This record gives sequence, C-alpha cells and structure tokens, in this order.
Amino acid sequence: MRILTAIIAIAVGLLILLGYFLPIATPIQVLLLDWAIIISAGAALVGIFNLVTVHADKVRRRAKDNVYSAMLVMGMIASFIFGLVLRPQHPLMQAIFLNGIIIPVEASLLAILTVTLIYAAIRLLRRRTDMMSIVFIVTASLIFLASATLPFGDMPILGTLVRPWVSQILALGGARGILIGVALGTLFTGLRVLFGVDRPYGGK
Amino acid sequence: MIALAILVFAIILLGVITLWKRRSPAVLREIPAFTRLVRSLGLSIEDGKRLHISLGHGNMMNGHGGSAFAGLALLRNVAERTSVSDMPSVASSGDPTLGLLTQDTLQAGYQAAGVEDAYVHTFGRVTGLTPFSYAAGAMHIAANENVSTTILIGNLGVEAGLITDAADRANVSLIGASDDLAGQSVLFASTQDALIGEELFAAGAYLNDDVVHAASLTVQDIFRWLIILGLVAGAGLKFIGVI
Repeated sequence: MRILTAIIAIAVGLLILLGYFLPIATPIQVLLLDWAIIISAGAALVGIFNLVTVHADKVRRRAKDNVYSAMLVMGMIASFIFGLVLRPQHPLMQAIFLNGIIIPVEASLLAILTVTLIYAAIRLLRRRTDMMSIVFIVTASLIFLASATLPFGDMPILGTLVRPWVSQILALGGARGILIGVALGTLFTGLRVLFGVDRPYGGK
Repeated sequence: MIALAILVFAIILLGVITLWKRRSPAVLREIPAFTRLVRSLGLSIEDGKRLHISLGHGNMMNGHGGSAFAGLALLRNVAERTSVSDMPSVASSGDPTLGLLTQDTLQAGYQAAGVEDAYVHTFGRVTGLTPFSYAAGAMHIAANENVSTTILIGNLGVEAGLITDAADRANVSLIGASDDLAGQSVLFASTQDALIGEELFAAGAYLNDDVVHAASLTVQDIFRWLIILGLVAGAGLKFIGVI
C-alpha cells in the first residue's frame, strides 16, 4: 500500500510538472488539478469533523476550559443547521453569523494582536540582547515614527529621507534576499517530495 | 524553456551531490534554533510534557505548500522520537488538506517507532480554517495542554503573534519559522530562536541526518551563489551601460 501511494503521488507530481513545460501534458495537468480541488473540498469536511471530535472529546473529559469547547461545538451545530435550512447567503445568516460573530471576533483578535506585538517588541531586548535585535527595534521605531500622520505632512528628514531609504532600499533588498532563499527552499523541498525522499502521505 | 533548464540542472546537481555526500558526510553550521529543538525533544520526554508543532495554514495548491512540506518533514521526525512519551506531541494546522497530511505524517512516525497502536487521530488537529481562527485554536493548545515547547513552522502571518503570546504567558519555549515576511518579523520579535528565510527548509537535514536533505542544502547554497553572481554581474553591466 505504501509503495502504491508513493508511485501514485510521484506519477501525479511528475505529470503536473510536465504540464508546465509540455503543451501535450496540459489537459492531464488541468484534470489532475481539478481532482485535487475536489479532494481539498472533501478534506475541508474531514477537517471540520476533526475539529468537532477534538472539542467534543474535551467536553466529555471535562478538560480545562471545556466550556469554550462546548460553545464551539454548539456554534458549529447551530451554523450548520441554520446554514442548511436558510442557505449561507440568507440575510439573517449574514447578519448573525458573519457580521454579528465572525467579523467582530476576527477584528477583536486583530486589535489584541496590535497590543501583543508592541509588548513583544518591548520584551525583545530582554529575551535576546544582540546586535540584530537592536537593529530590529531601532528600524521599527524609526519607520513607525516616520509614518506618523502629522497636521503639516511628512516628518522632516525622517519621513522624507530616512523612511523611503530604509523601506525602499535596505528593507526591500533584504526582503528580496529572504524571498529568493524561500523560493530556493521551496524548489528543493518540492523536488524531495516529487522523488519520494520526503513522504508526508505516510510510510517509512 | 529557461525554467525547464534550471529544473533539470537542479535535479542533476542534487543527484550528483547526494552521491558525493554518501562518501563524505556533510558538516552543517550550527543554527541555535535546531540545537534548542533537539534539546527540547529530550527534555519534554523527561519532564512529562508534550511538544506542540503548529504547521501554519499553507495550502498545498499554491506556493506556500513548500513550507508546509518542510514542517511535515520536521513533524515526522518529532513524532517518531516522542511517540513513546507519556505526553505525545500534538500538531495543529489551519488548512484541511494540511490537516490530513499532518495526521498521516504523525501516524507514519508512530509506525516507524513501532507503536502504531498508541496513535490517536486527535493528535493532529485542524484548529480553524481562517488564519485568525487557526491561531485562536492553536493558542489554546499552547497554553492549556501541558506543553513544554511550541514549534511554529510553515506559512504563518502576523497571527503567529497571538500563538507566541499565549505560549509566552504559559512559560512555553518557542521556536519559529515562516515563509511569510510579516510572519518572520513577528516570530523574530516574539520567539527565543527564530529561523530566518531558507533556514526553515533545513529542518530535515538537521534532524534526520539524511544525505538527500544535506545534499539539497548544498545545492541551495550553489544556486544562491549563482544568483548572487548573476545579480552583481547584471547590476555591473547595467551600470556601465551594456544592458
């Protein structure tokens, strides 16, 4: 079974890769990608089932903070039933579940994140006192200060000279370097998966 | 055609260097995050605590799949080493396809350790389907499930800050790596050891002691030098007006 899954995965990977270079293999590539999209949709259902199982198990075991797990399971059941009856596009569904719960919760998390990141930056030097941390803090503070909206426009020198130079030359160069490294890493990880060296689909 | 040529060159070079590495084992530079990770693996078993590996929300259908695969390679190793522990490792992800692969990888680790019966499918969890819902679920694991170390590896954006904050409050050690620039900066500021750029993809070579992983690092270095030379030569030619 493990050998069969490896053969299927490698063959499918090679066919999709060939589709980018050989026009004759493009229809097969499109077909396989369509199948992958359908499987992904199936995986979403499995993922939701997994989420329910984990939290239902926490409620059953009376684990710490199981009240949140109970709320999650009840919320999922409610949104599933109402979604099935009313359809997701129904104004009531949009008003209660999307505009009433999902968007405010995610906006609140974003607000918490702002405070969290400021706190993390303050604690950075206590956690790791080295040259790179100092450069990180100084650069972040400079950019933050130079981006401040003032009644008279950009902050002199900082906003007009330092910020563009740091963000468009130093930071952009660094970002491109990092992204090239990430792209190389992705390429060789892909090759390892393609040739069956890394097999995240099971087997030794 | 250039892309095909680069790909073929990369495959040939990877094959040649792999054969060469079989004769002379690779010497890898020290990366503090991986040293800490190896120590954490041993300490978590001794302390009766578990590791939490959070693989981000990298989708297999786009360019972020590479970082997800790198995370899975690390998870495979961690699962095999910690499967006999009283507190087995838990993995979380924010993408359903990645969630399936997470469970499969964990199971493979348990099979390799010869304790397949000890595997429970809830060790691999999909904690949410959007970045923030994923983070909300993962921060709960980091704070409430007797975790000693949280490893964040994969495609994580700014929402990683929520997970690191929750872990920090629970005195959990953190190791972070992301292929996203915003995620990298957040992890750099909020973890003890952050992996920058392509270091994320070196996890397999540092933990598996495998020649192909080590060879792929060497080929990455060769490609990096070729790109540097290309960039410098291109800038020089542009400067003198040839191109």
